[in-house]
Amino acid sequence: MITVNNLTKNFGSLQVLRGVSCQIAPKEVVVVIGPSGSGKSTFLRCLNQLETATSGEIIINGTKITDPKTNINLVRQEVGMVFQRFNLFPHMTALENVALAPMKVRKQTRAEAEELAMSLLKRVGLQDKAHQYPEKLSGGQQQRVAIARALAMRPKIMLFDEPTSALDPEMVGEVLEVIKSLAFEGMTMVVVSHEMGFAREVGDRVFFMDEGLILEEGTPEEIFNNPQNPRTKAFLSKIL
Amino acid sequence: MDLKFELIWSYLPLLLEGAKLTVQLTVFAVAIGTVIGLFVSLLRISNFKPVSWAAKIYVDFFRGTPLLVQIFLFYYGVPQLLGLDSMSRHMAGIIALGLNSGAYVAEIFRSGIQSIHKGQMEAARSLGMTYPQAMRYVVLPQAFKVSIPPLGNEFIAMLKDSSLVSVISLPELMQSGRMVANRVYRPFETFILVALLYLVMTTTISQFVSYLERVFGKDDHSQ
Repeated sequence: MITVNNLTKNFGSLQVLRGVSCQIAPKEVVVVIGPSGSGKSTFLRCLNQLETATSGEIIINGTKITDPKTNINLVRQEVGMVFQRFNLFPHMTALENVALAPMKVRKQTRAEAEELAMSLLKRVGLQDKAHQYPEKLSGGQQQRVAIARALAMRPKIMLFDEPTSALDPEMVGEVLEVIKSLAFEGMTMVVVSHEMGFAREVGDRVFFMDEGLILEEGTPEEIFNNPQNPRTKAFLSKIL
Repeated sequence: MDLKFELIWSYLPLLLEGAKLTVQLTVFAVAIGTVIGLFVSLLRISNFKPVSWAAKIYVDFFRGTPLLVQIFLFYYGVPQLLGLDSMSRHMAGIIALGLNSGAYVAEIFRSGIQSIHKGQMEAARSLGMTYPQAMRYVVLPQAFKVSIPPLGNEFIAMLKDSSLVSVISLPELMQSGRMVANRVYRPFETFILVALLYLVMTTTISQFVSYLERVFGKDDHSQ
C-alpha cells in the first residue's frame, strides 16, 4: 500500500532523512519510535508530501507521489493526518471543522457534510460538543475532533504525528482508544509515538529510527523484548 | 485675541461639502486599497520569487516616496504617458490615494497572514484542499480578524492624508478651508473648524473600528 525507496530529505545542509526504505501493507499498523531529531516526523510528513522529498520515491496505492506531475491534492484526500498540536480551525465549531473538507473538496452539500460530521463526532464520543469552538474543548477532545476531521475524507491511510505528546497525561487514554478502534477496523496507519504500551498493543510492526534511517524493524515483541541494534537497545533502556 | 467665528459661519455648508468629498475620496481609496492590498499581500508571500519581488517593489515604491509626489506623478504623469489631454482631478486623486493605501494594506494583510500558525495551512492541505481553498476558508478569515485594528488605523491615516490632494485643487475639506480662509481673511478660525471636522470624522471611524473589534472579538476563537 505504501512503498518507500531510498527517501532522503535535506533542510539546507542538514540531512534529516538519509535513505529510508520500507513497505507497508494494507491494514497494517506501523508505529515509528526513536529519539527526537531522528527524522521520524519528517518521514511521516513526507508520506503526504507536507515535506517534499529531496530524493527517492514514495508510492501510495500505485501512485508515485514524489513525481512532481502527481496531483498531490488527490493523494491527500486518501491520506488523513493528525498533528501533535491538533491544528483545529479556531474560527469554526467542531462540526464545521469536520464538515469543511467534505463540502469544499468532495463538493458535498452542507446537509450531507454535517450529517457525516455528526456521525464521526459521535464515533469519537463528542456529539454533544459539535457546536463548541475548539478553545472550549480540552486537549483530548480537540485531538478527537481532529481525528474525526481527518476521517471525514474517508481516507485509506491515516498518519499520526505524535498524537498524544501535547496532551495532559489523563487525556492520553481517550485519544489512544479512538486510534485503537481505527486499527481494529482495519485502517492502514503509520503512528509516530512515544507511547510504548500503545505500540506493543496495537502495532503490527515497529520501526526504530535514528539519525535519519530506519535502523531496526520488527514485530513489537522482537523490538521490545529482543532488540538487535545497539542503538535500539540504548534507546529502549532509557524509556522503558 | 478675539476669534470671530460668526464671519465663517455662513461658509459652513461649503466646508461640509468639502468634508463630504473627503469622505468619498477616503472610502474609495480604502476600498481600492483593500482589494489591491489583499491581492498584493498574496503575491508577496508567493514562493515564486519574481512575483514576490514585483509585489515588494510596488510596496516599497508607495511606502518609500511621499504621497504628495505620488499625487503629482499621477495627475501630470499618467495623462502624458497615455497621451490624454488631462486626467480628471477626482480620478487622479482617488487612484493615487488608492494605490498608496494598497501598499500599506498589503503589509497589514501580509503580517496578518504570517501571524497565523503554519499548522493551519498544513491541516487544511492535508485534507486535500488546494492552496487557494486553504487560504480562503482557513487562513484568510483568521488573518482578516487580526488585521482589523491596523486596517482601522490605515483608514484614519488615509482620511487625514487625503488632505494632500488639495494640491491638485480637489475641493475636499482642506481645499475648501483654504478657499474660505482666503475669502473671509480669517484663517485661524477657519482651520479650527476644519480641524474639528477632521476630528469628528476620525473619531467616528475609530468608534466604528472598536465596534467591529467587539463584534469579531466577542467570540475570540484564536488559540
